[in-house]
Amino acid sequence: MYATTYHKPKTLAEAVDLYTNSDEPSYLSGGHTLIPTLKSRLAAPAHLIDVRNIPELSGIEVTADKVIIGSATKHAVVAASKEIKAVIPALAGLAGSIGDVQVRHMGTIGGSTANNDPAADYPAAVLSLDAIVHTDRRKIPAKDYFQGLYTTALEPGEILVRVEFSIPEIAGYAKFRNPASRYSMAASFVSKHRDGHIRVAITGAGNEGVFRWTEAEELLTENFSAEALESLTIDPSRMMGDMHAPADYRAHLVAVMTRRAVQNLGGTHIL
Amino acid sequence: MSRITITVNGTPQTREVEDRTLLVQFIREHLGLTGTHVGCDTTQCGACTIHLDGVAVKSCTVLAVAADGSKVTTIEGLAEGGKLHDVQQAFREHHGLQCGYCTPGMIMASVDMIRRHDGMLDEHTVRHELEGNICRCTGYHNIVKAVLDAAEKHRAAHAVAAE
Repeated sequence: MYATTYHKPKTLAEAVDLYTNSDEPSYLSGGHTLIPTLKSRLAAPAHLIDVRNIPELSGIEVTADKVIIGSATKHAVVAASKEIKAVIPALAGLAGSIGDVQVRHMGTIGGSTANNDPAADYPAAVLSLDAIVHTDRRKIPAKDYFQGLYTTALEPGEILVRVEFSIPEIAGYAKFRNPASRYSMAASFVSKHRDGHIRVAITGAGNEGVFRWTEAEELLTENFSAEALESLTIDPSRMMGDMHAPADYRAHLVAVMTRRAVQNLGGTHIL
Repeated sequence: MSRITITVNGTPQTREVEDRTLLVQFIREHLGLTGTHVGCDTTQCGACTIHLDGVAVKSCTVLAVAADGSKVTTIEGLAEGGKLHDVQQAFREHHGLQCGYCTPGMIMASVDMIRRHDGMLDEHTVRHELEGNICRCTGYHNIVKAVLDAAEKHRAAHAVAAE
């Protein structure tokens, strides 16, 4: 890791001020993507601004129709939250399926959502659950938030403060892990919202990052069951292909994982 | 450079460190506590697992400066008064190690696991929750036996305490 200067602001204003007035700054949350990146010298911010001490970024709130999670909330906390399990069990299950125990004790929902790794889990929940991303300056609907691999609507210096999920009638998540890295090679988050509309979000597979599989949504609107998807396939040209899995295999996995997600509605155990 | 204080195994330790210093470097190189190992250095193998404010984390992926003011327990801090911790004793009795490189991380992860589940563990759960700790001797079988034995002792101790 190259030399860097660490800052621990206590307010949003102080953090943004540090960012604005520093050369080559970067925000730091749980650090479980950023620190490995720094260690391999793929990034070299001169200033690290740790946002975890800012009070607005903490806490979980559940209302009649929303789950609102502070961006510095760790995966282990979301996974163990009785309040979240009661209303969106699949979201707690997703958090509990990320990485391993030690990683979940450090990694945060804000870090995952801000980084938008194409294999990250949270982006699928954010998109499927019609979430609203709250920042220090505005609210961004999920449909406008994700803009391709590692790319979001966040502007330089903008801080992700909390994520507001809509509580669905029911939701399910399923993923196929790379046997070595345990990252998803394809994962599907299926939500049936209270007004009846369906959202199917796919992560780990698409060559432009997380995306909505609208053809699956249409079929599930007609018939909300795994059988409805039996003959549906996805075009491999939309898939990533790499040494772990070629595009046609990922396309196959997307269809299988989406059917499994429908079979795992309300489940916290993510296969 | 930053001046930081981390309470390690009950003793406050104040040092001047570069901001890029990893917590595992602080523990090993600044404090000389070499029981915590560095295996992969990429957050995968778990050899560097310690407890940070009571929970298991991989100390190769935490900045020391970010842990300023925190409490850390390392493998050296488990035994009390010359008596091994129950998990250490179980690893010894079940031969839960081969080369021993992963052992400190395995034990720290296991102590955390038994605490979180209050000892209510079965083999499947132990194997699943040791996902973040890799034994390249592939000696998992006896490690799992050791964790289950220590979990049983934990349950028995708490049942006695409850009476």
